[in-house]
Amino acid sequence: MSFPWAEQYTPKHPFMRWMDERLPLPRLVYNSVGKGYPVPRNLNYAWNFGVLAGLALVIQIVTGIVLAMHYNANADTAFASTEHIMRNVNSGWFLRYLHANGASFFFIVTYLHIFRGLYYGSYKAPREMVWMLGLVIFLLMMATAFMGYVLPWGQMSFWGAQVITGLFGAIPLVGEPIQTWLVGGFAPDQATLTRFFSLHYLLPFVIAGVIILHIWALHIPGSNNPTGVDVKSPQDTVPFHPYYTAKDGFGAGVALIGLALLTFFAPNLLGHADNYIPANPLSTPAHIVPEWYFWPFYAILRAFTVDFILPAKLWGVIAMFGSILILFLLPWLDKSPVRSGSYRPTFRIFFIVWLVALALLFVAGGKPAEEPWVMISQVATIYYFAFFLIILPILSMVEKTLPLPNSISESVLGNKANDGTAAAAPAAAE
Amino acid sequence: MAAVEQSEGLSPQGEGVRRRDFINIAAVSAAGVGGAALLIPLVNQMNPSADVLALAQIDVNLSAIEEGQAIKTIWRKQPIFIRHLTAAEIQAANAVSLSALRDPQTLAERTKEGHENWLITLGVCTHLGCVPLGAAEGENRGEYGGYFCPCHGSHYDTAARIRKGPAPTNLVVPDYEFTSDTAVRIG
Repeated sequence: MSFPWAEQYTPKHPFMRWMDERLPLPRLVYNSVGKGYPVPRNLNYAWNFGVLAGLALVIQIVTGIVLAMHYNANADTAFASTEHIMRNVNSGWFLRYLHANGASFFFIVTYLHIFRGLYYGSYKAPREMVWMLGLVIFLLMMATAFMGYVLPWGQMSFWGAQVITGLFGAIPLVGEPIQTWLVGGFAPDQATLTRFFSLHYLLPFVIAGVIILHIWALHIPGSNNPTGVDVKSPQDTVPFHPYYTAKDGFGAGVALIGLALLTFFAPNLLGHADNYIPANPLSTPAHIVPEWYFWPFYAILRAFTVDFILPAKLWGVIAMFGSILILFLLPWLDKSPVRSGSYRPTFRIFFIVWLVALALLFVAGGKPAEEPWVMISQVATIYYFAFFLIILPILSMVEKTLPLPNSISESVLGNKANDGTAAAAPAAAE
Repeated sequence: MAAVEQSEGLSPQGEGVRRRDFINIAAVSAAGVGGAALLIPLVNQMNPSADVLALAQIDVNLSAIEEGQAIKTIWRKQPIFIRHLTAAEIQAANAVSLSALRDPQTLAERTKEGHENWLITLGVCTHLGCVPLGAAEGENRGEYGGYFCPCHGSHYDTAARIRKGPAPTNLVVPDYEFTSDTAVRIG
């Protein structure tokens, strides 16, 4: 589970030796995030986001558990209990705003984490399982966030639930029974609210479980790095602690300042005013939009306006789910042996265009279904899929990549690495 | 797992299916079927409960609805639109050729005989379930004078048929009957 030169755990205190023979938890920590875990020495700040996503999950679980002590999952009183948290519960406003903005924080760092993986080829062998488990976490996050947004039972909560469960109604033949089964009625109501609350409380712990698998799978080959070149010798690594605990700690400080600014100075910036109106099944808000982190996928859903063999609505649903499911195939669509985008000049251009397409989908998803946004969504959706299905497979055959460094230490230190002098080997010296 | 223990003594001949193998498979299968059967109540509990299903029928008095007016009411927790069509609206609906429709239906097929001026539909857009506009005074009725769904821009005509936008089918006509000239029972 690690490189042969990893520092060995040797408990000195008699109690720690006693413990190590019975429950080797300190050994696990030492070998996972301590001195016993060698990590490529050249990781940049893009490698902070995994730890930040873990931090976000902890914030969400802690604030969520205390909010559940005051919230009432009842269609008649859910909205009032949310207002009760905001106005009466001690520090309730803070905990709820932190939970709401913590969800946005979670998605921001997760998206950046995914972009880092895409650019540096972290999904490629031998890390395919790491990538796919990460996608499972992403899907679970989206389900959890969606159900959490329903709980305050405001207008956007109700109509979001109506529209999203309506997606399942698009499935031929079995769609409507599935939709009725999901909401427990013919429209979202009490049964929907209670089951969403139950699952919203459960899923974060499922996410925590999958994160353990994600990290377990990661720690077998170890982290990728900005060159994409495999670790070859002790000179290429430094121990996780103190090098990356410090670097992640600094990143966490910066990120938490951002979260604090959002929570204290613009707590409703990313929300919708309509959700401060109690749910009304007879009146649809003029402009239903999901939370910002779903906008690109919502734009893909709405990009299909013409029937072609299947109804347009079904195409939209297929494309929306497909836009994420296609990522599961990515390790086999991109066969280029070079991992890092830094050594793939053509890939880099197409990848930047893909980010632009995603940004356009993001903007279009937050707008009403009118021109020019429908047209923009359609063009961007085509590129989104073409990038994975056409561009990457062709690129991996024809692209002329730049020469790779012989090793991580060579890329960091230049020629000095070759003579193996002291400057190159803090890990070996430990 | 005592069953895993393999006793040579029980199969002196040592060939074919041993009695112990059969018992093992039968026991695990019975437990497996029992476990799988437990899924039925676990899945079924999520279907609509008896009290939700009990709200399945309502009576509506139509006498107060003027020509050209529409009302919204609730049936099975979903909005119902009841529209008293004007002669011009009926004419507009009948003037459309069926081949121009995504979901071809005539106005007569969507109303009851002798009551063609009463258009009763679910107020649930067939796209993703929003409530279309057009039932209340002054709301946007779309390009075809019927209903307009603001969520994703579906336009319905005066027979509540889909004419433009992403919705795949016409607004649903629920089961109903006229209990008198001015009263209907929906459901």
